[in-house]
This record gives sequence, structure tokens and C-alpha cells, in this order.
Amino acid sequence: MTTREPERARRSEPQRARRSRRNTGLRRIGSLILGVGFVTFVAFVVPLTSLSAQQVTFDRLLHADREPQNWLSYSGTVFNQRYSPLTQITPGNVKNLELQWIWQARSLEKFEATALAVDGVLYTLQGPPVQGSYQVVALDAATGRPFWTLEYKPAPEAGPCCGRVSRGLAILGDTLFLGTIDAHLLAIDAKTGKILWDKETARAVDKYSITHAPLVLKDKIIVGVAGGDRGIRAFIAAYEARTGKEMWRFYTIPGPGEPGNETWSGDSWKTGGAAVWNSGAYDADANLVYFGTGNPWPDRDGSVRLGDNLYSDSVVALDPDTGKLKWHYQFTPHDQMDYDSTQVPILADLQWQGRPRKVMLWANRNGVAYVLDRVTGEFLLGKPFVRVNWMEGFDKNGVPQRVPGKLPTPEGELIMPTVLGATNWAPAAYSPKTGLFYVSVWENTGTIAVSGGGRGRQRGVAGTGGTPMGQATLTPNLKKEDEGFGAVRAFDPHTLDKKWEFKMNDITWAGVLATASDLVLSGGKEGYFFALDARTGELLWKIALGGQVNSGPMTYAVNGKQYVTIAAGNALFAFALRQ
Amino acid sequence: MRMNACILTLAIGVAWAGVSPSAQHNTAADIEDGGRVFQNTCANCHGPDGNEVAGIDLGRGQFRRPMTDQDLAQIIRSGIPGTPMPASNFSEEQAARVVAYLRSVAASRQSVSAVGDPVRGKALFENKGTCMTCHRVSGNGSRLGPDLTNVGQLRRAIELERSLLDPDAEVLGNNRFYHVTTKDGVTTTGRLLNLDTFSVQLLDSKEQLRSFVKSDVRDHGFVDKSTMPSFKEKLSAQELADVVSYLVSLKGKTTP
Repeated sequence: MTTREPERARRSEPQRARRSRRNTGLRRIGSLILGVGFVTFVAFVVPLTSLSAQQVTFDRLLHADREPQNWLSYSGTVFNQRYSPLTQITPGNVKNLELQWIWQARSLEKFEATALAVDGVLYTLQGPPVQGSYQVVALDAATGRPFWTLEYKPAPEAGPCCGRVSRGLAILGDTLFLGTIDAHLLAIDAKTGKILWDKETARAVDKYSITHAPLVLKDKIIVGVAGGDRGIRAFIAAYEARTGKEMWRFYTIPGPGEPGNETWSGDSWKTGGAAVWNSGAYDADANLVYFGTGNPWPDRDGSVRLGDNLYSDSVVALDPDTGKLKWHYQFTPHDQMDYDSTQVPILADLQWQGRPRKVMLWANRNGVAYVLDRVTGEFLLGKPFVRVNWMEGFDKNGVPQRVPGKLPTPEGELIMPTVLGATNWAPAAYSPKTGLFYVSVWENTGTIAVSGGGRGRQRGVAGTGGTPMGQATLTPNLKKEDEGFGAVRAFDPHTLDKKWEFKMNDITWAGVLATASDLVLSGGKEGYFFALDARTGELLWKIALGGQVNSGPMTYAVNGKQYVTIAAGNALFAFALRQ
Repeated sequence: MRMNACILTLAIGVAWAGVSPSAQHNTAADIEDGGRVFQNTCANCHGPDGNEVAGIDLGRGQFRRPMTDQDLAQIIRSGIPGTPMPASNFSEEQAARVVAYLRSVAASRQSVSAVGDPVRGKALFENKGTCMTCHRVSGNGSRLGPDLTNVGQLRRAIELERSLLDPDAEVLGNNRFYHVTTKDGVTTTGRLLNLDTFSVQLLDSKEQLRSFVKSDVRDHGFVDKSTMPSFKEKLSAQELADVVSYLVSLKGKTTP
């Protein structure tokens, strides 16, 4: 452990080691008596807990790091670190991973969801094909066999811009929550798969949709709406978990009379986008909820929306009880490059310049990584993590200094990163053990042109070598390195210096997982799932899964056995050590 | 908005191939300005090359009926009622610059193919040119190079001509060649089928599907130069025109 390790990590490490030892010993004894006396090993008492009411309390979600066998929210905990304290799979034995089971979804859409692992049951879903239905499933976490399957058919007018996908579910009590591409929020009985209530958050015909995993906060379910590239005015809203009643709504674009509305010329605020399409984070001490927002619309033609365009391309910190804005930080003021800031906020407690500091880590689509004080919103550090030519440093307030002329033009301008970004929505990870921040990145150049405000089909955008949207099936990669490549990169959050990278030939839409045994797991468009040494980036294990990886890995344990899952193509794969 | 129906109602098409007298009075700046307007506005429906509306190819001066510069400028300003072609608020000068741009592009795209004979071109392609040692047309020839069965739909005459004269000028990403040298010193070159972090897949010169694990090879990399020879010195101007004319005629017909 270094002096940079957060206090929390230092305190909890011995506890984790004890848990790990218990885990090993208990497995030898057998599962029937495993649950006795060990509250944290809820996985071993599935038959009992699954019958009890209010299985997943908010307290469990808040302290999800205390039950490493589970994965209770989109990125594991409300801190979104995608860090697991499980240590059964190590750099030394990861080569012995073998396939345990596969769940094949019916839809051939991209599989972007991260599953939840709750006391021996996995909950996941696959987005609907055109004119088809979502498949939401509860799977036996040990065998992959479904307990139940729910089908939900979204309204035909649902029209998400970039894939009929879902990135995951949320759970509170015995209820799962799903946001849909027709902008409904569903409450689903986790034991039966029956829909308990169905709330229309906005009208699909108006091009609203929901694609991210909802965030549970106390008695509320918080979601944001996508549709920014359809010209919506986006919002984040809280719904009562029990009934679906809307409790508050925060528009990511202020209305007339509200501070920030003046950053939109004319009526452009009405259709300015600033969508929300990835999950948020929560800090209980600060009582703040954080979400990233998408690009302003039209994406490349800034002439019709003069001003900074708040709160597009920003992180907003809201009071979860009222929805009131507490602070914001805008990563790309007046964006014309489609630099959505919908990456998942990662919260970490660091020793920052000699004193404890509650920070937020953020590797942005705009090519710059940031460290912010998550209590105050203060900008602490920012540094490019790929080749960037649109900005050059910051002013004292953390406002990026633009490079003159690096804006889309009718003829096209070479801007780095190009439209699809230096990273996109794929969730990053932070290991309090190594103190490193792990990010899936793209090195890419591209000519960006403005084409009259995005009317008609998408054109005027050329990424050198191309960086197409993720797909389910494998596609040939014929790119040269200078035309773009993908990588997993590790950064020291204190300096944002790169510590190592694992390069891929093709780009990546895969998230990253870090474990306490110093493993980093990820994948990519090439269809490999792989394990790296978290301290060096050395490749330790890989397997070809026959489809693109468009999701983040997660890990859980059941019956004393640690599993890692990854979605590739349109299937979910589970691996564990060979017995 | 597309304008597929646009101009279909007009008379039977002809190709207009010359530079109009008025266009010659335009300055380079005028033409550049017209190009900017075209790409920013017209290209949304007509495509960046002006050839995405059925039956017309603005970049090569092909319309549904003969068009004077004044006709074109009028249409740009007034649109065509009853079709998706909208009216615009361009001034007469702006419309004239767009016309000048289109005429300029068309002039630059004139090719010797206009005087070629596709029948003679086919014979040259299959015999003297030895093109089928690498290329395939309607099921005949090698699979190593690009299949040209429908190249007439994919590439313009000017582009085909350039590929024949200067093959290195542009090699599309899906026509790249790659070489691999194994640890025992055997080098294989072929058309790249996939390159990922761990492996390379090729179609080799014997048309065998080959796969190499990177960790097992000594050296590998892209072949910088196109494997296609230049025909600049090998074909006469007329022969070149004949071959281009043949290639342009390849529209995807296949052997029964």
C-alpha cells in the first residue's frame, strides 16, 4: 500500500483478507452450513433470504462493498469504481479460467447491460429488436439457467439514436427497475418477473428514451432521458420506488428565468439535448447525486445555439431529496464536436496533496481526464489522456482554453479526438488497492465538418480509419495504427500520468473491471475478453468470444466460487476457475 | 430529406460535358464559394459528389434534360414544385457560384473513357492487361485483388483511370495487402482479411485462407505499395480508354 491509498481502502483491507480466508474454508465444508453466523455471505443463504421481504435494502446498496459476493448496482457500488474485493481469481491462476455457462439472448442487438448479482441470482436484460421485446431475466448465478423471463415490448414510435439497448437494471427491496427506449420506467417483481408499475416518464413520440441503468437513492429511483440527438430538452427525474410517482425533475437545460438559460441563444434551449444516457453516482456524506450530460444539439452547428450551452457536456451535482442543482462543471463549453459527457462518474477518496479529499475521476469523451472535488465541484486537475488538439490547458477556474480554429467547418477540420471520442460510454474502473484509474480509450484522429445543423443523414464526419458504432457481430479490422486503435490505459489520478497501456488493433466499446487481487478485465471490438495485471498491464489471459464486447465485465461469488461475466455479441458468458 | 422523385418528371436525360462560357468567367474564389454552399446545403440530399439522386449526377454534368447555367441557377433558387427539391434563399450570385462549382467539377472529371470501346477493353483486360491474375469479374479470375464485377457502380471513370495509371494514389482500406514472416523465415503476402491484437488473417497469393498468431511470427506489417502495376507505359491512350470503358460497364451482372 502506498501513502496515496485512500483511508477507506486501508481500513478495509484486513477485513477483506479475513473474508477471503473464510471464503476458502467455507467452500471446503459445504454449502448447507455456510450461511450460519456469517452475515456478509448472503450468497450462501439464498433459500432463506430469497423468501424474506425487502431483500435489498438501501443500506445494503450504500454499503455494497461489504458484500463482495454481490454486484448490487450498475458499477458495483454507488461510487461506481467497478472494483471488486473478491480475490479468488488472481494473476497467478487467471489462466485457469474456464467457461461455466452462456446465456444467449433472443435479440441480435448489441448487449450493453452489466448484470446485477443478488444473493445467488443474476438479473440482466437484452434490448429489444425492431418490433420486438426486451428480455429481462433472472438467472441462477451458478448455472445460468433462467428462473423467469419478462418480455416487454416498447411502443413502436420508440426511436433511440444509437441502438435499441439497455445498460442495466437497478434493484431495491424485491423490485427491479428498468428504463426503456420508449421512456417508460418499469418496476418489476424480482421474484416473478411481473411488472408492478409502469410509468411513462416522457413521450416516446417526442423522441425521449431511457437507455441507462436507473440509480436507486433511498426511496427514489433516478433516471435521465436520452434523445439529445433527436432535439429533446433532457431531464433527470426521481420517481417514488413504491408507486412510480414523480418526486422531482431537473432539466439539464435551464428554462427562462433560471440561471444558465442565458447560455443558449434564442429558443435553442428548447431543443438543446444535453441528454442523460449513463448511470449516476451517489455520495451519502455529501448527500449529492451526480450525473453526466450529453452534447448540445445540433451537435456540430453551434451557430444556432450561441453561448456555453449549460448544462450540456457537464457533470451536475443534485440534492437527491429535491433535485436542486448544487454545483456543476462543464467539460466542453459550447461543444461542436459531440463530446457527450455521459461517462459514469467514479468517486474515490484520495490523499490529495497531503490531505484526504473526496474526489471524482472522469475520463471524458473530449480526450481529457479530470479530477474534481465532488463536494464542492472544484476543478483540481485536468490532462489529456489521448492526442488532443482542440484545447490547450485550463484557466484558473478549470475552463478549457480552446485552440483557435479547431472547430468544425464546411470543409472539415482535423480535430482530435474525433466525433466518437477518446472514450465513450464504456465504464472505467478505479482500484483503491493499486490507486490506479483504468480507462478504455481510443486514439483517433478525424475530420469533423459542420453540415447545416445535422439535418438529414449523418454526413460530414470522417474519423480517419473510421470508428463505427459497436455492433453485436465481429467486423474485420483493416486499420493501420495511425488511423486509430483502442487500448486499456492506467492512470495515476494524482497526476493523470499514464502508467501503462494494453494496446489493441481495433477500438473498444468495453468497460473495465478491477479486482483486489490486482486483475483488470476488459474486452473490445475484436471480440476478446482478457485479463491484465493491474500493476503492469501485462496480458495474463484471453479468450475469443465470437462477438464484439459492448459492455463491462463484473464479478460475483456464489457457493464460494468467484465468477466473472462478460457480454459479447448477444450473449452473456460466465467464467470461473477450473475445479 | 431526399429528392429521389425530384427531376424524374423532367425530360429524358442527356450528359452535358462541357464547361459553359459563363463558368469560365468565374474566379477560383467564386468556384470555391460555390463548393462550400453546395457541400453545406445541396449535398444533404444530392450527396457530397452530387450523384445520390436517381438519374442525375451533378458532379459529372448529367441531368434529366439539357440544362443551361441559367436553368440550373433558376432551379437552385426556385426549387421544383411538386418534388422534394425546395426553393432556397440564395441570391442570383450565390446560385451562379454553385453552378460554376458544378461545371468546374464536371470538367475536371472528364475522362478518356468517353472515347473507349468496352468490347476492346474486355479483351485487353483479359489478355494483354493480365488483369485477371489478380482481379475477378463475374466469377472468373483471381480472388486476390478487388472483385470488379460491379466496379462500374462503385467507382467513377476518373477514379478507375487513376487506379490504372497510379495504383498507389488511393488504396481503399479493404484492399490492403499485408506480409507475415514466420520464425523459420517464410514470408507470406496476401490481401488482409483481419488484423487484431493477437492474429492476422490473409488470403494469400495462392488464394488460401491463412491465419497467423502474432506471437509465433518474426515480422509482420502492411505492404506499403499497391501490388497493382501501373499501366501508364503498358497501355496506349486508346487502350486505356477501352479498359476504363469496360470497367465502367461492369454493373454487377453475373454469369448464370
